Amino acid sequence: FFQLECLKLIASQKFTDKRIGYLGAMLLLDERQDVHLLMTNCIKNDLNHSTQYVQGLALCTLGCMGSSEMCRDLAGEVEKLLKTSNSYLRKKAALCAVHVIRKVPELMEMFLPATKNLLNEKNHGVLHTSVVLLTEMCERSPDMLAHFRKVRQLSSSQLVPQLVRILKNLIMSGYSPEHDVSGISDPFLQVRILRLLRILGRNDDDSSEAMNDILAQVATNTETSKNVGNAILYETVLTIMDIKSESGLRVLAINILGRFLLNNDKNIRYVALTSLLKTVQTDHNAVQRHRSTIVDCLKDLDVSIKRRAMELSFALVNGNNVRGMMKELLYFLDSCEPEFKADCASGIFLAAEKYAPSKRWHIDTIMRVLTTAGSYVRDDAVPNLIQLITNSVEMHAYTVQRLYKAILGDYSQQPLVQVASWCIGEYGDLLVSGQCEEEEPIQVTEDEVLDILESVLISNMSASVTRGYALTAIMKLSTRFTCTVNRIKKVVSIYGSSIDVELQQRAVEYNALFKKYDHMRPALLERMPVMEKVTTNGPTEIVQTNGETEPAVLETKPPPSGLQPASQANDLLDLLGGSDITPVIPTAPTSKPASAGGELLDLLGDINLTGSPVSAPVPQIAQPPLFCRSAAFLFSTGIPSITAYNKNGLKIDFTFERSNTNPSITVITIQASNSTELDMTDFVFQAAVPKTFQLQLLSPSSSVIPAFNSGTITQVIKVLNPQKQQLRMRIKLTYNHKGSAMQDLAEVNNFPAQSWQ
Amino acid sequence: MIKFFLMVNKQGQTRLSRYYEHVDINKRTILEAEVIKNCLSRSKDQCSFIEYKDFKLVYRQYAALFVVVGINETENEMAVYELIHNFVEVLDKYFSRVIMFNLDRVHIILDEMVLNGCIVETNRNRILAPLFVLDKVAES
Repeated sequence: FFQLECLKLIASQKFTDKRIGYLGAMLLLDERQDVHLLMTNCIKNDLNHSTQYVQGLALCTLGCMGSSEMCRDLAGEVEKLLKTSNSYLRKKAALCAVHVIRKVPELMEMFLPATKNLLNEKNHGVLHTSVVLLTEMCERSPDMLAHFRKVRQLSSSQLVPQLVRILKNLIMSGYSPEHDVSGISDPFLQVRILRLLRILGRNDDDSSEAMNDILAQVATNTETSKNVGNAILYETVLTIMDIKSESGLRVLAINILGRFLLNNDKNIRYVALTSLLKTVQTDHNAVQRHRSTIVDCLKDLDVSIKRRAMELSFALVNGNNVRGMMKELLYFLDSCEPEFKADCASGIFLAAEKYAPSKRWHIDTIMRVLTTAGSYVRDDAVPNLIQLITNSVEMHAYTVQRLYKAILGDYSQQPLVQVASWCIGEYGDLLVSGQCEEEEPIQVTEDEVLDILESVLISNMSASVTRGYALTAIMKLSTRFTCTVNRIKKVVSIYGSSIDVELQQRAVEYNALFKKYDHMRPALLERMPVMEKVTTNGPTEIVQTNGETEPAVLETKPPPSGLQPASQANDLLDLLGGSDITPVIPTAPTSKPASAGGELLDLLGDINLTGSPVSAPVPQIAQPPLFCRSAAFLFSTGIPSITAYNKNGLKIDFTFERSNTNPSITVITIQASNSTELDMTDFVFQAAVPKTFQLQLLSPSSSVIPAFNSGTITQVIKVLNPQKQQLRMRIKLTYNHKGSAMQDLAEVNNFPAQSWQ
Repeated sequence: MIKFFLMVNKQGQTRLSRYYEHVDINKRTILEAEVIKNCLSRSKDQCSFIEYKDFKLVYRQYAALFVVVGINETENEMAVYELIHNFVEVLDKYFSRVIMFNLDRVHIILDEMVLNGCIVETNRNRILAPLFVLDKVAES
């Protein structure tokens, strides 16, 4: 309804009505309304009206809300008005032209000739708006920019000198009552001109040279006691930074900013910090000089200033000042508002990673962050930290001790508890044995450690993820600790009926690990290898190895060959040395597929063998795939196991599993036991299958079968049976017993139907 | 460029609002409410520039009235600060002491000063000249 009223008012002849009508239109209508188009005609008429005020009105409205069609239609009129001598109209026309250009960039050419004379005006209003027009043109089109830079005309009306001249007049001229604002003549115009100069001078040496003097003059002559002066100085500094100015000028600019920082007025400090942030990349050294002031700003009361100061501080950290800066930043982290804590914590981690002077310092810093702002640390920081800790091998004992002390008092901060539980799980043995060199070792018993982990599990404050970490840690300790295994078993079995599905699944798997697959337990739960350093963009793969994520079925990840360098392996083995863990030695699977000629094989000839070189001196470290959760495949699938061979005191049992992902794969685990009174040494198990099958033999757990059934050798065989034929196998056994070499051949035919169907 | 210009009293009511970039009517009220909340909660010796969403707010307090201007990154914040002061001075001169009775006049003044987000005229006399003409026409 009101739209039509507006139209009526606009169309009427009375000035006041027109006034209100246009006002209403400007306030409430926009391009998307249809009424808009109807206004075009009215505006056109009014633009040609005799009264300048009416024309002014029309220009104003057009400038605010003209759509592109309107602009196209009326651009000609606007251009005409640009050329009139009426300064009132001229300035409005100029801004209208700006709007037209914004909407319809192609029309820029049309306004070009008119601009030539614009700067000759005395009227500041016109000057101001024409500068705006020029600015807009230069910003929009690089061609225009080039044009304006180079225009050489007889009357030396080159743009840059012209602008410089105007600026000079402004500064030099005495008190002029018309334009004065607190003692400085027309600061608005000065600021605008400076901005245009900035655009003209960017990346252009000639123009920049022409401007150098005037910029220096403005910088030194402007009074800084009032806000106005500071506004001009600010713009000057921005201009100096952007153009190709000489270094003396740049230093002057940074010093001005430094002076701003010391000023009491908050606005000025804010502005200075913002500009310093922009320039810190290019003029790093100069900004460093003001580092102490910036750090002081961290303690300011104002939120915007604190944020700026924090960002700037992070940009300024380098190898030399990292210790001092970190101290300040950590103090800041303690006292700042919650919305900053997350950003600050991440910033500290990044800076610490890049510039840490020593590993111990790094770990101390991380600990400090975790304890002060623990709940604000971002989730992806936890795996990064864990990776960092595993990398600093010599600090393990120290780290785990500190983490233990930290959560002893308070275990409500989730990221801290997660990292701590993981470390205790991995390095619990170091904690208990009290081996720390860096610090006074504390006396901790296994029960105390289990106490704390259990309280984490029970506590209401722990998130589900944290509980998962804790449970896995308890499980890992079952191999590291010697006297509390039963307690661990009890805890694990309790959680087998937990409501939380994740916990329940883990607990059930671990239970299975205890009951059926106890022989695999040490192998699966052994120490994590040193993870390769991955950039922060790709920690996801490493995260998987923490054992938090879904179980990967073992079959689908054949252990790759050519792993970590031998030296690291030796280090880890030394750490493992004391315990009774027997590392599993994976093999590089040979590329030769199974199958030999003929149904029954010539065992000595084409036997499909991937017997591992048991004599391999350097055991390769189990790659990530072999982590705890691979226990998934150990879920009993209900296939009965068989005794494949039983002679001379040597018994070999087969147990079966079918792969979840590939139904034609059967996994057979053999267990060889020895009931005689003497050990069997150099035991080698070989197997062959008919042509239609493929066989893969993984390495055995050892080559010695102890006597009196006191231990077994375990080996895994994978059989691929794509045609679902009945499984048959011929096996050959060689070993040394009672001083003589023994050898035997046998056929295994009693495979249960479920193992191959 | 200037995105919007608001005058708000201490109770949070908007006295004058001018948008130089189209914003939906219902969104306007929400925007105003948030902006006002931000400004009212600042103490006297805090910085006058606030970062709000993707633009900056420059505000200034005059007795019971807040003038808030939203700008984007290309504008010089301190120049806008001065602009606010200039505007208030112009209002002062025209209305003598009594502000806010003739809202349309205030709009006219604002239009004379800021066109489409850019500053047009800052000279007090020149801004008020058309207004005086208008007054004379209205009387006769």
